[in-house]
Amino acid sequence: MSGDWNQALARVPELLAAHVQLSFSALLLAMLICLPLAIWAARSPRVAGIALAVASLIQTIPGLALLALFYPLLLGVSALVGGGISAFGFLPALCALTLYALLPILRNAVTGLTGVDPAAREAADGLGMTAWQKLRLVEAPLAAPTIMAGIRTAAVWTIGAATLSTTVGQPSLGDLIFAGLQTQNWTLVLAGCLFSAALAISVDLLLGLIERGIRERERIWAGAGIAMIAAGLAIATLPSMMARDNIVVIGAKGFSEQFILARLIGSRLEDAGYAVRYRDGLGSAVVYQALAAGDVDVYVDYSGTIWTNQMQRTDSQPKAVMLDNIAQWTSATHGVKMLGALGFENTYAFAVRPEDAREKSLRTLDDLARVSSDFTFGTDVEFLERPEWRMVQDTYPIRFRDARSFNPTFMYPALASGEVDVISAFSSDGRIAANNFVVLEDRKGAVPSYEAIVLLSPERSSEDRFVKAINPLIGAITVANMREANYMVDREKDKKTPKQAALWLKDKLKE
Amino acid sequence: MPVSGPSISLQQLSRHYGTVRAVDSVSLDIAAGTLVALVGLSGSGKSTLLKMINRLVEPTSGTIRIGDEAVDSIDPHILRRRIGYVFQNIGLFPHMSISRNIAIGLELAGEKEGRDERVAELLDLVELPQDMASRMPDQLSGGQQQRVGVARALATRPGLMLMDEPFGALDPVTRDNLTDQYKALHDRLGLTTIIVTHDMAEALYLADRVLVMEGGQIKADATPAELLSGNVGEEAEALVSIPRAQAAHLIGLGKPA
Ligand SMILES: Nc1ncnc2c1ncn2[C@@H]1O[C@H](COP(=O)(O)OP(=O)(O)OP(=O)(O)O)[C@@H](O)[C@H]1O
Ligand SMILES: [Mg+2]
Repeated sequence: MSGDWNQALARVPELLAAHVQLSFSALLLAMLICLPLAIWAARSPRVAGIALAVASLIQTIPGLALLALFYPLLLGVSALVGGGISAFGFLPALCALTLYALLPILRNAVTGLTGVDPAAREAADGLGMTAWQKLRLVEAPLAAPTIMAGIRTAAVWTIGAATLSTTVGQPSLGDLIFAGLQTQNWTLVLAGCLFSAALAISVDLLLGLIERGIRERERIWAGAGIAMIAAGLAIATLPSMMARDNIVVIGAKGFSEQFILARLIGSRLEDAGYAVRYRDGLGSAVVYQALAAGDVDVYVDYSGTIWTNQMQRTDSQPKAVMLDNIAQWTSATHGVKMLGALGFENTYAFAVRPEDAREKSLRTLDDLARVSSDFTFGTDVEFLERPEWRMVQDTYPIRFRDARSFNPTFMYPALASGEVDVISAFSSDGRIAANNFVVLEDRKGAVPSYEAIVLLSPERSSEDRFVKAINPLIGAITVANMREANYMVDREKDKKTPKQAALWLKDKLKE
Repeated sequence: MPVSGPSISLQQLSRHYGTVRAVDSVSLDIAAGTLVALVGLSGSGKSTLLKMINRLVEPTSGTIRIGDEAVDSIDPHILRRRIGYVFQNIGLFPHMSISRNIAIGLELAGEKEGRDERVAELLDLVELPQDMASRMPDQLSGGQQQRVGVARALATRPGLMLMDEPFGALDPVTRDNLTDQYKALHDRLGLTTIIVTHDMAEALYLADRVLVMEGGQIKADATPAELLSGNVGEEAEALVSIPRAQAAHLIGLGKPA
């Protein structure tokens, strides 16, 4: 347990720094947008109506969706201006969080400014103040406590929502939460939650102090609050200031196998003298684009994923042909180098309980089709929307009684407990063997092959030392070893960290 | 008597709000150095007339000249800095101390020297103790706030004073003192003043000239002596008859039976 804590705590300073930087920048940007807008809106009810309606509309978009929306948006913008804009990491996270912070700041600023006593406003005019003097000397100070309260609300929201930025490749305390959820490492989840909550609470208290200082015209409180926030900001961002250049960024999607392989690659690169950093939990669509743009240097993908998602192919080809086509396509379209296949497949596999397999004599997908009208299907959140599911349905007459989606972590227990009767498992998942689940054969080859392949960014493709460090992994991982390593991380008892599993796997590499 | 205040001239001045004629074609010349009292029933257009002079309200039609300048040829904030205005609803800045409220005009004019002395002098003039300088407006009574409003209007030594019921919330004793003080100041500095009041007795006592407004129009324009002698119209007579009757009653009470 204390080992888990140490592992979690070791990552906190860097993630906290990134979290603070991101939230603070978003808040600052939102203030820069809102305050002038609020001044305008306070003078024109029409502007106020439109601005507040737009800000409220944005607020109704779930944070995760807002982040996801910025990814294609920025890609589009980047394509329009001829490249150079990164749709990955800081920028999309900043844009989404800034939009999120608009409403409370704008609403309070407009309320504060329009709520200034008309007698004071008339007196300001009567004394000969210019519009600017009136704003500076009368309206702004009288509205300040209300504005400050809005900034405070926005700060708490932003710090909370910043945990979601992990999904677009921006490091934050959310990295701990997402990684912990995936590997069922509750210590990581707890650490992520505790630190982001503590950050939100302390910022809220300090901003509250400033708000009180302004409201009661006690400069000392406002000053103390500002000083403490400045000091906190300096301390929090210190680790990232000291960060070295030329750090290799290793991408990983959001499941254990990806975390382990990323660390395996990382450990080999470290042996070769590189400094590495991990970006875990990236969306499937995000990570390939990030690699092509050079925001990620290396990651492991699966041939079928590139085939269907990136290349938009729907035909079935033999494994070797597929790999050749992929290598050519990635290099020609994005300059991405496919270094090679690791040696195992992680394909969609339909798994059933051993009793069912025995009693209903289920061996192939044709057998499954026979009983499918009595079966409830358990699947991960995306499978039903994926082309592979259509391919399976086109080939086999499968019609399930019902389908339910799960987080992969909960899918295996659901099958074991009888909650569902068949799942779309991953063939390299250690929990298949551990539960004695039976994988049904796809004799008609409906599902494309999902060889694990290493992809390098255009820049690293030509870097000899880099390629040499990773090359020995090609063809060196058996599916049995990968399952074992995955199980180490996924199992309930005697859980290992992805890093420990990666080191175990490193020892088992085929020569 | 030195005259530093300007003359004022209004030509066919009107301000309409929809169908309401708040001020209805008023023409008027006020000589420099005059103390004019503006009386009239509630809603008769007194505040509207006053606010048009410093452009807080734009006229629907007509012109206003201060000295020989038309007011709409001057930047509003420049114009307003030359005019002391006391608001009917006071309008102190709640987030500023009393001394900063009083000195705000000096601050706007960029005068840094002698602000504290000026504040002390004005507090004396409006009969407020010096230790109020550091208080906030909400720590003062209504009458005290009103006096701060007068001090604030006087701070930049304007030649023209527009005062909208400046002493309305004061007790009779303080009110009497301040009226005397203000009249003395007005005469000493040769100011031009228009003061709105509901109190005819005060108008008669204080002013060189009394204007009676009704329905947006000036119904009577006379010296206090002329007003008291009668024959200046029934609107004026209605207002003058009240203090006259009260005075007669008081004199009657004082006589030995
Ligand atoms: N902003 C406005 N919109 C509409 N009508 C207004 C406005 N300001 C004043 N009026 C109307 O103009 C008329 C004159 O108002 P004004 O404030 O000048 O009266 P007043 O003589 O100062 O009254 P009081 O002695 O009660 O202060 C009133 O009928 C009032 O309702
Ligand atoms: Mg009035």
